[in-house]
Amino acid sequence: MTTTAAEPPKQSFHLGQLIYDTRYRSLTIQIVALVLLMLFFSWLVSNTVQNLATLGKDFDFSYLGQRAGYDINQRLIDYSSESTHARAALVGILNTLLVAFMGCVAATIIGVIAGVLRLSSNWIVSRLMTVYVEGFRNVPLLLWIIAIFALMTEGTPQPRDFREGGTASMLLFDSVAISNRGVYVPAPVWGPGSLALGIVFVLSIVGIWAWRRYAHARQERTGEILPVFAVSLALLLVPSVLAYFVLGAPIGLDYPELGGFNFAGGLHLRNSLIALWLALSLYTGAFIAEIVRGGILAVSRGQTEAAFALGLRPRRTMNLVILPQALRVIIPPLISQYLNLTKNSSLAIAVGYMDVRSTLGGISINQTGRELEGMLLLGGFYLLLSLVISSAMNFYNSRVKLKER
Amino acid sequence: MSDTHAQTVAFVRESMVPPADPPLGETGIFKWVRENLFSSWLNVLLSVLSIAFVVWALAHLLPWFLQSVWDAGSLTECREIRDARYGEGAASACFAVITERWNQLLFGFYPPEHYWRPVLAFVLFLVAVSPVLFQGLPRRLLAFTAIYPFIGYWLLWGGTIWGPLLVIAGFVIGWGAFRLAEPRLGTLAAAIAAILLPLAWWFFAVGPIAGDLAQIAPIGLVRIGSGDFGGFMLAFIIGVAGIALSFPLGILLALGRQSHLFIINKSCVGFIEIIRGVPLIVWLFTASLLLNYFLPPGTNFDLMLRVIIMVTLFAAAYMAEVIRGGLAALPRGQYEAADALGLDYWKAMRLIILPQALKISIPGIVNTFIGLFKDTTLVVFIGLLDPIGLSNAIRASTEWNGIYWELFVFIGLLFWICCFSMSRYSMYLERKLETGHR
Repeated sequence: MTTTAAEPPKQSFHLGQLIYDTRYRSLTIQIVALVLLMLFFSWLVSNTVQNLATLGKDFDFSYLGQRAGYDINQRLIDYSSESTHARAALVGILNTLLVAFMGCVAATIIGVIAGVLRLSSNWIVSRLMTVYVEGFRNVPLLLWIIAIFALMTEGTPQPRDFREGGTASMLLFDSVAISNRGVYVPAPVWGPGSLALGIVFVLSIVGIWAWRRYAHARQERTGEILPVFAVSLALLLVPSVLAYFVLGAPIGLDYPELGGFNFAGGLHLRNSLIALWLALSLYTGAFIAEIVRGGILAVSRGQTEAAFALGLRPRRTMNLVILPQALRVIIPPLISQYLNLTKNSSLAIAVGYMDVRSTLGGISINQTGRELEGMLLLGGFYLLLSLVISSAMNFYNSRVKLKER
Repeated sequence: MSDTHAQTVAFVRESMVPPADPPLGETGIFKWVRENLFSSWLNVLLSVLSIAFVVWALAHLLPWFLQSVWDAGSLTECREIRDARYGEGAASACFAVITERWNQLLFGFYPPEHYWRPVLAFVLFLVAVSPVLFQGLPRRLLAFTAIYPFIGYWLLWGGTIWGPLLVIAGFVIGWGAFRLAEPRLGTLAAAIAAILLPLAWWFFAVGPIAGDLAQIAPIGLVRIGSGDFGGFMLAFIIGVAGIALSFPLGILLALGRQSHLFIINKSCVGFIEIIRGVPLIVWLFTASLLLNYFLPPGTNFDLMLRVIIMVTLFAAAYMAEVIRGGLAALPRGQYEAADALGLDYWKAMRLIILPQALKISIPGIVNTFIGLFKDTTLVVFIGLLDPIGLSNAIRASTEWNGIYWELFVFIGLLFWICCFSMSRYSMYLERKLETGHR
């Protein structure tokens, strides 16, 4: 009987190893995923090409240079119906940025006040803030926009009611008129010498910055504390006010006045802008209030007590101990709320505010029939905007992150 | 000490003096008001301002609410009733619009003789969702939860019963294929079979077989197209479908984003960032304008289904970020412990990592759900009749032209109730899962 010696296991490669051998498995999975992804995208692209060919369309951005042919009632730069689609898109982009910026500022102010007041020991104030926060957070933003727009158009007096003996009157010493055509506020008139005034103002801001730096450095060196806040305030106001009178009041105000059937002069803020702005800031403010509240609660009580034990006064405790720690918790979600607000400004469609979605992604598409190009550009704009904002956030995060280990 | 003391004092009182009442300012309502409303000058100011605001708001709103008209056929009729009852031009809400258009606000243009179907679907939905929400209920109910999507679809859209049944049969086929193939061919082949066989069944067999069965035994409900859906029913269907579908997708995306596999990781990051970077409204317009470009020529499918897909993808990207936060918050030791126990990736995730990570991210997950539910109102812009779209339609009719606040209050209140109860539920869940250590 002959026995054959067992052959030594061959070190050869067999297909099963691609799946069962952990050395190769991740590679296999990735290659399969890559192939599937590429198949999917090529399927999409080939469908699109085929569909475009069937419809007799091409993929071409040159329509941006053509005459737009529609009017935009709300604009920050010169625009007429003779301008190009690209110009219309730019007007829309600026409008989006305008309402987003105004909204972020107002929402931050509302949110910080509401968040701090919600923690107040005052029973009725904290209850009111709870009602505000829960009320705004749990109802769709779109409903708020429409409701505030209806309030602005239905609940406000007509311009003719502002006449002598009418039912309505202007606010703030006859300077602001809230009517159903919009809000009229005094407009600044830049006279000769306003440039010099602007330069003085910028210089005083530079001065404040330098003073703060100096005060900080001096405190680090000697321990002596200089009056930063009072001096900053004085630097901000005194030179500008002096220059204003020395230059002979170069900046005047153009008050809105009732002429005929409507107001003339002043700055006309349309109801669509006001309603969108108010709704966005009140809605986002409710979210920011919760973030601020969470941030303040996240700093443990021991920190305050420790600061008091070190002999810091309450305001210095707030500025040097509590705020730096609370801000680290508050800022990242705050920025993502800003991002949400910017994206939510696309709800301008509900009130007819001409933002980038209505120009580039709306009327331009309807007029040229270029859905694919228009939506791609629109999506690209929003994507770019949010990438810029979120990379700024990441930069800030990495700066204030706790350095451990 | 005590001895000397006892000797020096001549008289020691034997009975206790009864405690005096605290000063009036230190008890009851006085103390509460002083401490909670008027503890400092700033608080006095704030309290006075707040009370003034509350009084002002109530003075304007209460008459409007209390002197409301609930039975009228049109706004002019409403005004006449008001003038007769409360005097000319009194502040008065006309909630008659809600009573008259109640069915429309709830069901849109769903045929009235079939209202029992969405109502039954809603009741069954409550039954199906209760074992998921509350652990105390019998676990056997989960089986009903699993088949509820098919029942709900069949009740709402109608058609023959064979379609949903054959789709369920596909899952049974997959399960059977796995059980049969696993001992003979190994896990991998069985898994592939369990995926491919049902897919083949759904794509090639279900259509013809369902057609034949419907010919032989036409059991079913009247078919109702998505175009007739509207009102809160629409918001609810889109919201619930989006929530149910986006949760598992969000978990997968979050795991993909945490993965070490380069291509998986990068494609998940790209998907999440692109979806999150663009407003939902742009995605909805994409779904309604562009989807026809991306699909094979001639395909055309339901607008509502497209919306559900878009809302799901949108919410899944946000969900993925929330869950990623939970995954990142887990201590590394948990991952290492799972590896040390010899668990493979899926087991480790399922048994150790995800239960803890999901628990951490409950508030964020529920916030995403609430956001998704609120975002269902955006479908009005692509022509679906959600509550806000219906309110516009109601206002466009001659009877109710010029009515705003009553509709807004009603719609807002319904959304508020849904969203607020979701947020309360998340707080309850957090408390229940609290283990005392993180």
